Amino acid sequence: MAENGIGASVRRKEDKRFLIGKGNYTDDINVAGQTYASFVRSPHAHATINGIDTSVAKASAGVVAVFTGDDLAADGIGPLICGVTVTSDDGEPHRAPAHPALAQGKVNYVGDHVAIVIAETLAQAKDAAEKVDVDYTALPAVTETGTAADAGQPQIHDLAPNNMCYNWPFGDKDAVEAAFASAHKVSSLDLVNNRMVTNPMEPRAALGEYNSGTEEITLHLTTQNPHVHRLVMSAFNQLAPEHKLRIVSPDVGGGFGAKIFVYAEELVVGWACRKVNRPVKWTGDRTEAFLADAHGRDHVTTAEMALDENGKFLAMRVMTKANLGAYLSTFSTMVPSYLYVFLLAGQYTTPLIYSEVKAVFTNTAPVDASRGAGRPEATYLVERLVDVAAADMGLEPAEIRRRNFIAQDAFPYQTPVVQCYDSGDYETALDKALVLADHDGFAARAEEAKSRGLLRGIGLSSYVEACGIAPSAAVGQLGAGVGLWESAQVRFNPTGNVQVFTGTHSHGQGHETTFAQLVTEQLGVPIENIEVIHGDTAKTQFGMGTYGSRSLAVGGVAIAKACEKLINKGKKIAAHALEAAEGDIEFTDGNFTIAGTDKGMNIAEVAFNAYVPHSYPEGLEPGFDENAFFDPLNFSFPAGTHICEVEVDPETGVVDIVRYSAVDDFGRLINPMIVEGQVHGGIAHGIGQALMEGCRYDSEGQLITASYMDYAMPRADNVPNFDVDYAPTDPPDNPLGVKGCGEAGAIGAPPAIINAITNALGVKHIDMPATPENVWRAAQSAA
Amino acid sequence: MYEFSYHKAGSVADAVEAMNKAEDGKFVAGGQTMLPTMKHRLASPSDVIDLGGIAELSGITVEGNTVTIGAMSTHADVAASTDVQAMIPALAKLAGGIGDPAVRNRGTLGGSIANNDPAADYPAAVIALGATVKTNKREIAADDFFTGMFETALAEDELITAVSFPTAESAAYMKFENPASRYAIVGVFVAKTGAGVRVGVTGATPCAHRGMRLEEALNNDFSGAACEGVEIPVAKMNTDIHASAEYRAHLVKVMAKRAVVACA
Repeated sequence: MAENGIGASVRRKEDKRFLIGKGNYTDDINVAGQTYASFVRSPHAHATINGIDTSVAKASAGVVAVFTGDDLAADGIGPLICGVTVTSDDGEPHRAPAHPALAQGKVNYVGDHVAIVIAETLAQAKDAAEKVDVDYTALPAVTETGTAADAGQPQIHDLAPNNMCYNWPFGDKDAVEAAFASAHKVSSLDLVNNRMVTNPMEPRAALGEYNSGTEEITLHLTTQNPHVHRLVMSAFNQLAPEHKLRIVSPDVGGGFGAKIFVYAEELVVGWACRKVNRPVKWTGDRTEAFLADAHGRDHVTTAEMALDENGKFLAMRVMTKANLGAYLSTFSTMVPSYLYVFLLAGQYTTPLIYSEVKAVFTNTAPVDASRGAGRPEATYLVERLVDVAAADMGLEPAEIRRRNFIAQDAFPYQTPVVQCYDSGDYETALDKALVLADHDGFAARAEEAKSRGLLRGIGLSSYVEACGIAPSAAVGQLGAGVGLWESAQVRFNPTGNVQVFTGTHSHGQGHETTFAQLVTEQLGVPIENIEVIHGDTAKTQFGMGTYGSRSLAVGGVAIAKACEKLINKGKKIAAHALEAAEGDIEFTDGNFTIAGTDKGMNIAEVAFNAYVPHSYPEGLEPGFDENAFFDPLNFSFPAGTHICEVEVDPETGVVDIVRYSAVDDFGRLINPMIVEGQVHGGIAHGIGQALMEGCRYDSEGQLITASYMDYAMPRADNVPNFDVDYAPTDPPDNPLGVKGCGEAGAIGAPPAIINAITNALGVKHIDMPATPENVWRAAQSAA
Repeated sequence: MYEFSYHKAGSVADAVEAMNKAEDGKFVAGGQTMLPTMKHRLASPSDVIDLGGIAELSGITVEGNTVTIGAMSTHADVAASTDVQAMIPALAKLAGGIGDPAVRNRGTLGGSIANNDPAADYPAAVIALGATVKTNKREIAADDFFTGMFETALAEDELITAVSFPTAESAAYMKFENPASRYAIVGVFVAKTGAGVRVGVTGATPCAHRGMRLEEALNNDFSGAACEGVEIPVAKMNTDIHASAEYRAHLVKVMAKRAVVACA
């Protein structure tokens, strides 16, 4: 292991600027002559627009312009798109109603974008926005996921009868039915995966600048994927040709998926700055983030498991209704389909799985990927159902899992739901977790808690997830409009320091450190001489951005391959300089040496040589600068067992997490400190979902959890210290031997927590969030 | 925020004069409710009159068995006051549990009770301890001060100058926090005095109130068990997405019980 190389817990390079207040976030950026934007948003969940009178607003102090959907349409700016096609059970593509960036004749959720007001100051823009007079006729709203497609509901989009986007069946329905018919036991469960507001700390923002001399638009955005934004805005929204559109995503304060998508505000600001020929700056506030960031999750499911007399899973049947919100966000169709159904095998050998996913529209904010994106929904359902089955069969939760685990020597393992798991050792992770959690000592702890009038419970979650998104051919076949490879350029400067241009983006993940560690390990350049650059389409080659825990598994490999190319070239240069045969040159710890001698040259010298090629191999190009594009062969499949121990106060229903243990397989760890941080954050995210967070609309479609007064997110005193350990395996498909880790905690945690609560109370189920009142009522009914 | 005129008053008289001159004026103490409301554009006073510079509104004094706390005393001041800690420790603890450190460094006793948020903590203490609210015009007994949701007995140009709290034999405050806002879903302040037991309940109903049924039971038998038999009227309880009326009624009993046990 090189110093500061792979496996070292290197302190993060990016933290210096963040800690001393020198981060460069989009809202920090101010340009001469900038104007400020305020969006007019719908106060109705569902309404027709009879007319918009902007005259008073336009005449308001300081106002530069007021634009509506008609203005956008007149300039040919296309509606926001969804990039993934799902084929519905009628053989047709999913229903894709138009999603205009500013409303066209109708609004479909509270917060829907209706107009943009641009003024000299923010206060003036806000004042004028209040003066935009929109004549609405309110319509009844559809808000409930479970009933949105029922007969007689208000219709939101003409293109989508019964508010159905798609009905997507998967699997062999008849075979599954036969297995259920002959099963020893059928366990079933109705459950809800609660809607979440993603809540990155930094709200979304956009700063658009137009250069009338070069006809170039520069858009600073809080995006997780600047090139994807550029491509979509150019090719599908007709904003500008790609080579005249620069997207810069500087420091970004968290994304968690919410900042993947192309949003109305971003497109409108990009267009408006050219329209008014002045910079236009929009910074969302927290209320807007609640109303108009894409939300996550929101499934209603009935799940069934067929078992034999030994508790072996014979078949599974899952019927899910998934809320997509009022419009299709950029990747929305993919989340409750491919990212969900294809994980329903879990860690188990269940041979037959049938599912139907009904994706519905409602008068709520669009729903799309949010930390875990489909996989938390799958894991929650599987791990809850397994516990219910365990109870039905009179088996311990750990035991029923053991009986059904995919064996350690069965990998790569082809599941019946498309995914082929790369590597895994589920039993080892379970065993390790049981020890870490002192599972054996639980009974005694529960007794002691009883003497204090409290109920202890312990819950397992043995999850597997699919990340390292994704092999292009596979996703293409599934209907994605993009490939999900990744890119890297590793450039030596003549003086021997290195710039690494990655197509991924870092908005909290610490890539500036981790990727530098990869390069220092592979090339032997001191880490302080390596700079990782991301986020600017003018600086970096095309990349697909960061989400789906892909940056290391895909982007890291691209970097490694670019480094390989440099080493190969370096050998040629060194051989020439050292007057040796290329085949005799070895490369170790940054030095090219003649094998068996101490004669060599450092890579920095080789770089200089390449830029000043006075004595240089004939036919070899000068320069020391290589790029690589890597298309992964498979998803990566982190997995593990999490064990949660809770103490419930039956008098109030308060759940205290007294112990939380996590044993995960992420393959090889590059920076253990960063990985542990991701695990902590993911688990905290899962605790939020399980116990506290619940995004709620009332029956009229008003968002009633629109601030931190009502939407409860976990704070430090809501979470325990975590016991974290690893049980790595070696994924054969990944040249670095790594698996993604950023979402695993959010995937594994919720079922562990709910399983612990049901264990404590002796009840079959409790829905998330398991708020104090919900727990109290469950405890009452159990008593 | 909308535009407004700002005045920093140097005295109570100044402040009242500025209020009377204003078209639609508001006093601001710690601003912990006022400023967020203004930022959300839910309030648009023409004039904001800052009480922060008025010396006579600050300070904590003791006279006999009475602790008098200036209206502009911050929650942090009260929590840290050795006088309050010695004489009415339950009050210091209550102050130390309001909001978070940032809120406690700015929020004030006077501002809190003048606002009379149904979920604020102080009203329960003012009621249970039988405190006296002193204004620039008169003195108002606790039982007469809180009149309705966000409503008090104060006139438009009337300022709280201080609150006098008599000590109690023993007292305790138990609060069940809203997990999001950390306001009181239910907060019960129990005070045992020579003249009997007083109970102040906040969070449960539209306005903080005397828990008369709890007082009756506790005057009979000052024990946690005595609270269990009390019937809390569900019909009077607040209901929202965080707690139903039924759950709130239950919590009143539980918090009362725990407060009584903590009094021991």
